[in-house]
Amino acid sequence: MEAIEFTTPKTIDEAVQAMASKGDRARALAGGTDLLVQLRGGRRSADLVVDLKEVPELNEISYRPGSGLTIGAATPCYRLYANADVAANYPGLVDSASLIGSIQIQGRASFGGNLCNSAPSADAIPPMIALGAVANIVGPSGSRQVPVEDFCTGPGRNVLEPGELLVSINIPAPAANSGANYLRFIPRNEMDIAVAGVGSAVVLDASGQNFVSARIALASVAPTPVFSKAAGDSLAGKAVSDEAIEEAARLAMEDAKPITDMRGTIRQRIHLVGVLTRRTLNNAIKRARGEE
Amino acid sequence: MASNIVLSEVEYNVVGKRHLRPDGVDKVTGRAQYGADVQLTGLLQGKVLRSPHAHALIKSIDTSAAETYPGVHAVVTAADLPFASLSREELGGEYQRLKLASNHVLASDKALFKGHPIAAVAAESQHVAEEAARLIRVEYEVLPPAMTVRQAMESDAPLLHEDLFTSELGELSDKPSNVASHMAFETGDLDEGLKQADVALEREFETASVHQGYIEPHNSTAFWNTDGQLNIWCSTQGPFVVRTSVADILRHPVSRVKVTPMEIGGGFGGKITAYLEPIAALLSRKSGRPVKVLMTRTEVFEASGPAPGTWMKVKLGVTSEGKITAADIFLAFEAGAFPGSPVMQGAACALACYDVPNARINGYDVVVNKPKTAAYRAPGSPQAAFAVESVIDEICEQMGMDPVEFRLRNASREGVRRVEGPIFRRIGLVECLEAARNHDHYKAPLEGPNRGRGVAAGFWFNRGFQSAVNISVNPDGTVNLIEGSVDIGGSRASIAQQAAETLGIAYEDVKPTVVDTDSIGYTMVTGGSRTTFATGWAAIEAAEDVKTQMVERVARIWDTPVEDVQYIDGILSHKSDPELRMSFRELARQLLGTGGGITGASNVDPSGEGNGFGVHIVDVEVDPDTGKTTILRYTAVQDAGKAIHPSYVEGQMQGGVVQGIGWALNEEYFFNDQGHMMNSSFLDYRMPTALDLPMIDTVIVEVANPGHPYGVRGVGEVPIVPPLAAIGSAISHAVGRRIDRLPANPGAVLEAM
Repeated sequence: MEAIEFTTPKTIDEAVQAMASKGDRARALAGGTDLLVQLRGGRRSADLVVDLKEVPELNEISYRPGSGLTIGAATPCYRLYANADVAANYPGLVDSASLIGSIQIQGRASFGGNLCNSAPSADAIPPMIALGAVANIVGPSGSRQVPVEDFCTGPGRNVLEPGELLVSINIPAPAANSGANYLRFIPRNEMDIAVAGVGSAVVLDASGQNFVSARIALASVAPTPVFSKAAGDSLAGKAVSDEAIEEAARLAMEDAKPITDMRGTIRQRIHLVGVLTRRTLNNAIKRARGEE
Repeated sequence: MASNIVLSEVEYNVVGKRHLRPDGVDKVTGRAQYGADVQLTGLLQGKVLRSPHAHALIKSIDTSAAETYPGVHAVVTAADLPFASLSREELGGEYQRLKLASNHVLASDKALFKGHPIAAVAAESQHVAEEAARLIRVEYEVLPPAMTVRQAMESDAPLLHEDLFTSELGELSDKPSNVASHMAFETGDLDEGLKQADVALEREFETASVHQGYIEPHNSTAFWNTDGQLNIWCSTQGPFVVRTSVADILRHPVSRVKVTPMEIGGGFGGKITAYLEPIAALLSRKSGRPVKVLMTRTEVFEASGPAPGTWMKVKLGVTSEGKITAADIFLAFEAGAFPGSPVMQGAACALACYDVPNARINGYDVVVNKPKTAAYRAPGSPQAAFAVESVIDEICEQMGMDPVEFRLRNASREGVRRVEGPIFRRIGLVECLEAARNHDHYKAPLEGPNRGRGVAAGFWFNRGFQSAVNISVNPDGTVNLIEGSVDIGGSRASIAQQAAETLGIAYEDVKPTVVDTDSIGYTMVTGGSRTTFATGWAAIEAAEDVKTQMVERVARIWDTPVEDVQYIDGILSHKSDPELRMSFRELARQLLGTGGGITGASNVDPSGEGNGFGVHIVDVEVDPDTGKTTILRYTAVQDAGKAIHPSYVEGQMQGGVVQGIGWALNEEYFFNDQGHMMNSSFLDYRMPTALDLPMIDTVIVEVANPGHPYGVRGVGEVPIVPPLAAIGSAISHAVGRRIDRLPANPGAVLEAM
């Protein structure tokens, strides 16, 4: 009979050793909202499950005004929106953390797990990309940093090598006059997978009337989350206007390369990228101006 | 609710009150025993191996590796079913029916839908059973599937059954076809009716396959003892139906099969067919051990009954005064892999709300490579109502007529003859329409952009059928009520209330218990909106039997003729001697010393079922950017005859609306081009969640059913009938385009816009 080993390391070193001991037959467990479902459903298999919930660095949130936010990879969503620093400085992350799954799922599911599961529809990834997040990875041969937009390589695939572990995610401190927002479209109002999702982050000048820079990322419209660099860059230096936003939405739609499946059609998804880009940019602008 | 409309003038003591349900504590504390909780000494776990193909010839099945796998006790295939070893001669006229029933349980020569059972394993644990099932080698020749009625009705469509010949208006055709039957209802003169019409409108509709979505998956535990006694514990709406089908498929005497219904986590019509029971029984016979088989959610979707997807055409002729003169209706319903869609019911319900003098309804039952359809709450009626009510709505829109007023002008009432023959007795459609028209919701104007209001009516027959109840008197003056009706929606309470009312005792003094098939007389399914009506009737008759015996007993104690004793409100008294008086409780205490206990018994098959009608009003708002519909307000009005337990009637109404909203907006079986269901989980099969629904307002109208002692009409099914059409019409008004396909999910609405 098939059996799965289970281990609960207490340190990063122990965790990395455990992961390395089984190579690609080892699976890291944080909240388990993806992994356990996949193992039970036969969509993934594993010889070893490494429970990360007792490694301190993976379960911490720390914020310093200078260096920004560090989210331990196994930290559940509810701790993000319950954290005063996160709530005050990263409402764009709270958007995501508070709409993933349901209240119950948010009690277990983590941003790190969402990133490592690398689903094209991951709700946590676009706002992280929009905010310029960097993944901190530790493996048998040391540590490395990977920008979140470069982390996913295909549906369920990413840059992690066998034995490597995502330890935390760093998000820079918010610039002055900045704001972000994540919206996804689902046919229901909870417990659903994004038909399309867009995360937008903007930095405005002191007047609040001009874009300094912007980053836009998309979910559910390609084999990986998409960093739509062209859409964000198109706004830099422009005055805030419907035309500028419309142009960004058009460029974001160009970067969307979706498929038709049970959750939506190509046409619908590209259309929704336009709708959600406009909506998230407008919401991000409001936040940057302190209007919300 | 305060707004309920009571037209009946009879006052009751127990009936009509909101009592606590007897099973409530066990259910909210998690102690209620469901099928998955069954534990027996030596219990084995079963796993069913299912077809990965929608349509394939089964060339060979090799179970040897599974049989020798450590921990495996039995492996079965269709070869273990009695049908495999019975000849056509032995079976005679039974041959075709038994063949289809057996092949549904375990595929023999052909897999007809993805998820079709091929083999099953019983093993020491679930994991061993699953691993062993994977070792079974099945050689398939994959065939192209026919997935919709339109595909399956094409002349060059892949044939599911080589020996299926269309029953063409009762005559068997000579060429095999996927059309299992063509039936028709006709009344008046259609051409003449169309000539009388000032407006004629014809529209075409399609709806997707949807699942009942009960929260508890199918489960069955069987123990086939060496003496031939077969005991089954399962989740079913109809233990006697399971007994009959198991006995039939396994060619086993019905008296040697005992079915114990466990608590049930929802059925909605989908828990009547015996899917797992014959398999668990075969595994038990082969292993000599009790065997439990459970379905996963994916198995529930892929292999238990959805409601049929449909293709429908409706043409109505209407005079300028808004009177329907003619109706021409075409209904083609998916049967799934085996014949038996509810197209006949759909045809009979399609026009039941209206007095239509000239009509023709053609119905087609068409097999497709999907799981065999099962009953789903008013089977056939919601789809037919979607088509007919949508055309009515469009006609009202064109003519500038109020949709409630239009329906009042055409409404069925006492004396109107339905298209399939029966003549309505006293019914409450007009009262429901009037209640809707007078409701605050209907009177409140709907303002704002992208909003629309829809109204629709709906009909369900409501059923009678057989029920049995035994009532035994306890020495403390309480009674034990034994019934065979599985309690899904609070029927223990509603049956007990009718017994208490009849006996003139307190509701709390009646203790209802649902028992196995050895312990009570034949009782038909909890379904068809029949339980409160028919099992309630049985409870009334059993209670009357108890009363008769109590009167006889007290007459003996008082040494007086029976005729001198009267029984009023639980008090037995002498008609002329005021000294002679005894309460039910006092007499109960004396029973054992005066001739023994008393049990009242009844078996009924009442024919006075009261037809049910509902009228729904819904307001929606559609996001013009995304096509997403939000239900702003919903009101359901329904004639309950007499609401025995108003809270549970309201619960049925709200529950039906919720399922109808899901059907209208997002639920569907989504297949890829190989006929594989791609969304067989509750994550992607999008039933509404609490956050997707407004509070659903209910108005119970009580037009007493003259065919029941307390005026009961069934209530469980009517409320799922109007929502599809009401929501479709509301969205149509909101977006300015007619919705003629369901689900009207955001993508579809966006395309329509």
